[in-house]
Amino acid sequence: MTRTFLGMPATAPPGVGHLRGDEPFPAAARRALADPQLRRNLGHATGTIRGKSAAVIDEVPDWPQLRAAGAAIKADVMARLPDLLVQLEAAVTAAGGVVHWAPDAVEANRIVTGLVAATGADRVIKVKSMVTQEIGLNEALSAAGITPVETDLAELIVQLGEDRPSHILVPAIHRNRAEIREIFLRAMPGVDPGLTDEPAALAAAARRYLRQTFLSTPVAVSGANFAVAETGTLAVVESEGNGRMCLTLPRTLITVMGVEKVIPTWRDLEVFLQLLPRASTGERMNPYTSMWTGVTPGDGPQEFHLVLLDNGRSAVLADPVGRPALHCIRCSACLNVCPVYERTGGHAYGSVYPGPIGAVLSPQLTGVADNASLPYASTLCGACYDACPVMIDIPSILVHLRAEAPHPRAESTAMAAAAYTMDHPTLYAAAQRAARLSRLAGQRGRGLPPPLSGWTASRDLPDPPAQTFREWWAAR
Amino acid sequence: MNGRDVVLSRLRAAVSADGPAGRVPRDYRRERPVDLDRLVERLTDYRARVHRVPEAAVADTVAGLLPPGATVVVPPGLPPAWLPPTVAALPDDGLDVARIAAADGVVTAAAVGVADTGTVVLDGSPDQGRRILTLLPDLHICVLRAAQVVAGVPEALARLTPRRPLTWISGPSATSDIELDRVEGVHGPRVLHVILLP
Repeated sequence: MTRTFLGMPATAPPGVGHLRGDEPFPAAARRALADPQLRRNLGHATGTIRGKSAAVIDEVPDWPQLRAAGAAIKADVMARLPDLLVQLEAAVTAAGGVVHWAPDAVEANRIVTGLVAATGADRVIKVKSMVTQEIGLNEALSAAGITPVETDLAELIVQLGEDRPSHILVPAIHRNRAEIREIFLRAMPGVDPGLTDEPAALAAAARRYLRQTFLSTPVAVSGANFAVAETGTLAVVESEGNGRMCLTLPRTLITVMGVEKVIPTWRDLEVFLQLLPRASTGERMNPYTSMWTGVTPGDGPQEFHLVLLDNGRSAVLADPVGRPALHCIRCSACLNVCPVYERTGGHAYGSVYPGPIGAVLSPQLTGVADNASLPYASTLCGACYDACPVMIDIPSILVHLRAEAPHPRAESTAMAAAAYTMDHPTLYAAAQRAARLSRLAGQRGRGLPPPLSGWTASRDLPDPPAQTFREWWAAR
Repeated sequence: MNGRDVVLSRLRAAVSADGPAGRVPRDYRRERPVDLDRLVERLTDYRARVHRVPEAAVADTVAGLLPPGATVVVPPGLPPAWLPPTVAALPDDGLDVARIAAADGVVTAAAVGVADTGTVVLDGSPDQGRRILTLLPDLHICVLRAAQVVAGVPEALARLTPRRPLTWISGPSATSDIELDRVEGVHGPRVLHVILLP
């Protein structure tokens, strides 16, 4: 019995990591909407990336075929996930790596912290990784006396600014160049006080600041974009070269990866390496992609650990409607096209996974009750579905999760009453007449009374017609 | 029950009702003819500098890109004829990090070039060397032969060996992290020259 119980799909535990916000989306969104600088920054950045991405996608005549292949490969991965992970484990082990399995964030943090401590290092360099944000690894390392240094420029801006990430690809998207300059001047040790807000100057400041850290830190922690089950090959795509530094210079490399990142074959990379950069940064190819298989004697880290993380993914996998949320390749195209995200920014979503994909992924990872407002953080316009390079039908999953979210008793009572009324023609006709009378009696232009007033707070209630269809039909 | 058993049994329970997976449609483009001009155009678009010269002119081209006396890291299998006498070669016989980082540049060959994306791929062969060699110096000169160039990503993967450490390079180091616009020059080499041989 115990065996069966432990083996049931499980959601991510509370109290660790960053999948749950402190307040519901509507409350957080209202504050974000009141910040005009934030809205200007987001509007500018998402507009830029939409234009770039559209231009390079237009260059690829077989984009629809690539999307279809990407979606089909991911569906196949999910159906065979346990077997593919066992295959990956065998290939990585054969190539000199060590594979660890973490049921949740607590366990993953314990494994990584233990591995770092075993090397004797008190500092690690990190490649930008959503999954280590998800599990709160930096906090766990700090608690163990180990300093995590974020090396991605945007992550560095967030870390130095004691801020939170607000976008999957560009965690500091909510900051403009002037704000970034302020953060660097305030928090970057040894920064040139004459620093300008030219992006090239800001990038050069990060280069100078991190150089010695790269050269002297013996342990790195990374995420992974892809892991090939057939060959044991891991892939990280990046732009700045900080990824290459972390994957090449240290003696020990620890890669933390959500189980859903595995792909079956080497050849499958040909699909995702075309989809990801164009959908993500709007480039034909990102500046650097590193691929490694276990350990290569004389080149790069001589000790390699791969941590495979569940942390709620098994629960997502178990829901046939919600499962495609695991197909996500973290490109963030859905954020960049979302009218809600563009106005609220990422912090309002609470979780490290913001935007449309976050609204379907976070509630499933935690259980819908813990992120009940997120499935409503959408207009269901469908732009995210159109932009998704692996064709995740996000609107359908949102609707599915709305049905699973806890609903107020007043709402279900009202719906039941409406259903009963509509089932009984005499009652229905009377209700229509009553609606017209109530509006004539002074309700015109106002919303519904409590507890239904929430619905009409931001919507106009249509005026009842002078004559209903049923009345017109009867009088015809 | 250890972590492995917990994760695997959870995942097995989650997919227990699954039928066989569907076929993956692969009707996207593969095996297309190579267009060298496209490679040059796309490398240039992302600020790599391209020099199309015959093999006999490689050393002269390298000499024109580095000041006399510049120190250049050299992977063990690089053809000696590619290096001009004007530069000070640092052959990689296990060079330490500080010496590599202090060098003015590095000259390597390549494994594959990808025309569609403006990419060169290094695979750690003796004429390309360890990954660190092309990472720390601020200037990278990469010599690519026309026969190594393929049209797209599928053709490139078909030529590469997964077991080797691979680095795909598309232009100099860059970032899109400030207002989502691309700026060249962060941690990797800020200058990338590609010498394209016939």
